[in-house]
Amino acid sequence: MSLIDLANPTRFLALTARVLPWLAAATVIMLAIGLYQSANAPDDYQQGATVKIMFIHVPNAWLSMFVWAVMSIASLGTLVWRHPLADVAAKAAAPIGAAFTFLALLTGSLWGRPMWGTYWEWDARLTSVLILFLMYLGLMALWRAVDDPSRAARAAAVLTLVGAINLPIIKFSVDWWNTLHQPASVMRIGGSALDKSFLIPLLVMAIAFTLLFVTLHLAAMRNEILRRRVRSLQMMQASRAAFSSEAGSGSRGQNASNEVGAA
Amino acid sequence: MIMSLGPYASFIVTSYAAAAVVVAILVGWIVLDYRNQTQRLRELDRSGITRRSGRSAVDAP
Repeated sequence: MSLIDLANPTRFLALTARVLPWLAAATVIMLAIGLYQSANAPDDYQQGATVKIMFIHVPNAWLSMFVWAVMSIASLGTLVWRHPLADVAAKAAAPIGAAFTFLALLTGSLWGRPMWGTYWEWDARLTSVLILFLMYLGLMALWRAVDDPSRAARAAAVLTLVGAINLPIIKFSVDWWNTLHQPASVMRIGGSALDKSFLIPLLVMAIAFTLLFVTLHLAAMRNEILRRRVRSLQMMQASRAAFSSEAGSGSRGQNASNEVGAA
Repeated sequence: MIMSLGPYASFIVTSYAAAAVVVAILVGWIVLDYRNQTQRLRELDRSGITRRSGRSAVDAP
């Protein structure tokens, strides 16, 4: 099955029906392994056991940016290639990305209180991630504000691409500005600064959360396709009802067809 | 064996609990949304509104 085949929503639904149980199982297994390794990771010589928050905080922080990157690629698909599933993918990803960003902010705050002595500081990294969270909420509001999905898709795609400017700002904020947040310690020139006893559980948790995102995203895309089918069928039902009442009043005698085009 | 989380145990436990709750809400929302959409499609199917292809809108392909 090629990428072009997946442009057909019906084929996409068939694929998700086959793939989702396997993805869900892989997610559960990886999460179980990651949580076990996180629980058994040693205490940090400075932070003590609070280092365990890292295994939740960092994967969520990575995914908060990764999901926006996925939405940006999908937005290009909407604006440039007009792929029928592109705006479905972007819309379905937004609430999941917002949840990951919320968790990154919350767990970061809970990690910051014992380590920095404060829950919040208006420094570049924290503020730029908060802006990312607000942009997720704004996108979700925009999708809900416009009834027609295709009209909403174009506006949302432009907003998503503009918002992608925030991604390098978040990533390099710790290098460009003097921040309370520590600089990159995993993905950096010269290799990871983390010891293997922390790095391995962290990478396992990152893979587990990425699998979780893929699973939830495919399921949410399936829901969105079904929602659009419901919408088009309801519009047909409404037009049938209007046509029937017109015919009943004598203006026309034709019977309406039951058939409709769907997503 | 009881894991020792030190003096900041409440921060660690709250972080993991919050992640569990948020993920559970996401999963629950997606599962309920799927049930809701398939139920609405079945109702439309029963009332005679079908897709142009003649297939049920609920069962794909």
